[in-house]
Amino acid sequence: MKTVFRLTIFLSLFFGTTANCQSKMVSIKGGKYIPLYGRESLQVKISDFYMDVYPVTNQEFLQFVIKNPKWRKSMAKNIFADKNYLVRWKSDTALNSTQSLKAPITNVSWFVAKEYCECQGKRLPTIDEWEYVAMANENIPDARKLKNYNEFILGWYEKPKTFNNEIGSTFKNYWGVYDLHGLVWEWTSDFNSVLISGESRNDVDKDSNLFCGSAALNATDLMNYAAFMRYAFRGSINANYAIKNLGFRCVKDKKG
Amino acid sequence: MKNLKKILGQIGLMGITILLFGSCNSTEKEKIIDPAKIQVRGTMDAELTSPPFVPAPIGDRSAKKLIVKLEILEIEGEISNGVKYNYWTFGGSVPGSFIRTRVGDEVEFTLSNHPDNKLPHNIDLHAVTGPGGGAESSFVAPGHQKTFSFKTLNPGLYVYHCATAPVGMHIANGMYGLILVEPEGGLPKVDKEYYIMQGDFYTKGENGDPGLQPFDMKKAVEEDADYVVFNGKVGALTGENAITANVGETVRLYIGNGGPNLTSSFHVIGEIFDNVHIEGGSLINKNVQTTLIPAGGAVIVDFKVEVPGTFILVDHAIFRAFNKGALGMLKVSGEENKQLYSGVKQEGIYLPEGGTIQTMPNNTAAKPEVKLNKTLAEKMESGKQIYMKTCFACHQATGEGIANAFPPLAKSDYLNADVKRAIGIVLNGKTGEITVNGKNYNSIMTRQTLTDDEIADVLTYVYNSWDNNKTNVTPAMVTEVKNSK
Repeated sequence: MKTVFRLTIFLSLFFGTTANCQSKMVSIKGGKYIPLYGRESLQVKISDFYMDVYPVTNQEFLQFVIKNPKWRKSMAKNIFADKNYLVRWKSDTALNSTQSLKAPITNVSWFVAKEYCECQGKRLPTIDEWEYVAMANENIPDARKLKNYNEFILGWYEKPKTFNNEIGSTFKNYWGVYDLHGLVWEWTSDFNSVLISGESRNDVDKDSNLFCGSAALNATDLMNYAAFMRYAFRGSINANYAIKNLGFRCVKDKKG
Repeated sequence: MKNLKKILGQIGLMGITILLFGSCNSTEKEKIIDPAKIQVRGTMDAELTSPPFVPAPIGDRSAKKLIVKLEILEIEGEISNGVKYNYWTFGGSVPGSFIRTRVGDEVEFTLSNHPDNKLPHNIDLHAVTGPGGGAESSFVAPGHQKTFSFKTLNPGLYVYHCATAPVGMHIANGMYGLILVEPEGGLPKVDKEYYIMQGDFYTKGENGDPGLQPFDMKKAVEEDADYVVFNGKVGALTGENAITANVGETVRLYIGNGGPNLTSSFHVIGEIFDNVHIEGGSLINKNVQTTLIPAGGAVIVDFKVEVPGTFILVDHAIFRAFNKGALGMLKVSGEENKQLYSGVKQEGIYLPEGGTIQTMPNNTAAKPEVKLNKTLAEKMESGKQIYMKTCFACHQATGEGIANAFPPLAKSDYLNADVKRAIGIVLNGKTGEITVNGKNYNSIMTRQTLTDDEIADVLTYVYNSWDNNKTNVTPAMVTEVKNSK
């Protein structure tokens, strides 16, 4: 009887900590690369960092709003999260019965995603970091030129309602990270820099990004098409948007 | 100032004089009215329709503030029998909802992107004078909506489409439609109006491969279309979905071409367009057989239907029609007019070359026919050769026929039900409606000039292929059917 009791305490402690806070992370070795949507002369340097293995789940986010009442859906300020914020939840602290605890959290704004990560001593990844890790397939760190890799990504864009699938339901990539492609879109810290400053791609101005020019210019291969989709998506959103197919995960700097 | 008034007055007078005396007044009139300065009176919600229908004509209504609300939906649909495709749509249909305005309207346009959608979208209306045709102002994330407004300055029929990167893919998935800007006073009245739009589709599998077919970027870049269709799918305008009219009526078609790649050579078999608004603009050409519609362009045609029957709408780049789906039907009912079209008056055989050469009895060719006891294998071999020469063009290599045009021979209930009827059709031809495997076909098979022996062989080949009932047809059976007439 005693052992059972002790075991219960142990288990609840164990699960408590994992659910509450530190979700699993893996180490990403930095390097240089040309972003999908870039050109030869614009190499981007990435430092070493840690990335969450999975996107943040409904369950994890539920713990967060319980602890942080100002982010409950009835409390959140409209300028930080629009009307779709947690729109499918049954109440401030309860999911809808159709929502899986292990599905990625979606319908969250950039502001809340940022704060969630900061609460854990983490931060949102930059576009460059996210894209760097996301170029990997199961076996190699940069699979962008492989046909089946791009087909998988493009295939997902056409698959409806993947937001309710559970985390870990897609492939584990070279770095040990799951679900970068095939589950939900993910927030990045500088998502809107793409269109507004054009900083990372000086050759492409804001307009041609939206219209026909860019597609006609150099989009003859699948690789760019897959990237176009993500950049177009990022360009269409604002920081207070809460979208059904958009979640997030956190990263952490490597010290020293 | 006074002088100016005088001059204006004179111009006005001249205008009236021209009005009284002739037909060259229109340009004069257009100069006087600046569409940008047309005042709007009142507000109304735009009527939006799915293809092949169009909203009611504007008639003589004044320019208004016109509220248009269009919703973007990413939905799964059927592009051909048993072939699924994920369409991206304006308003749930391909092409998207038809928008009807008049010159001078102030259109308040709200574009909503359904929350279930994965991608951001926007709209570029060719009727808009402004950067991106509205694309920049309408770029909208899933679960959001954007409103912008524009004044319609130029009358005509215009394409709208999504212009979000990658543009080609958004268009290839069905994101296009038409917006009509009618001139002051509206277009001349007609009896029937329809909305048709051509588009080319690129799928991973070949034409006809079943199941959900994803978009194929490579084929799209190479412009190697698997489907070329009217109104988003094979058969959207055939059989029960055919558009209709009555003899004596004038039919107007608003036809667009969404592309993304192919130009349409639009033609209605058995009709001549009385009037064609070339490229959807104000220039009218008369008595046109086939009109060219560029990708991202449109045309307005009208014609009076004089005789009853089924008129086939095609892209006259004809393999697209019969092999890729660009085929529609206009069914006209009413009294026959033999003076305008007689139908068949006399029938005879004339085959100097091509097809199967007719053999007369009493020549040496009769000798091999005497070989009465051909094995099944021999019959199959000879039957296959005859099939490839005579039947293949319509019924296709594996007997699958061509949807909506030529019935299948493979696993055909109609064929297997009655061998004598099948022999009779090869002997005498067949015209009119039949039902094969649950589908109606209304077309013509000419009589085949084959010997009894050849008919026996080719039918044996057909019956012993493609899951048919393995009947072994003998020359005697053919002779019997022939003589029973």
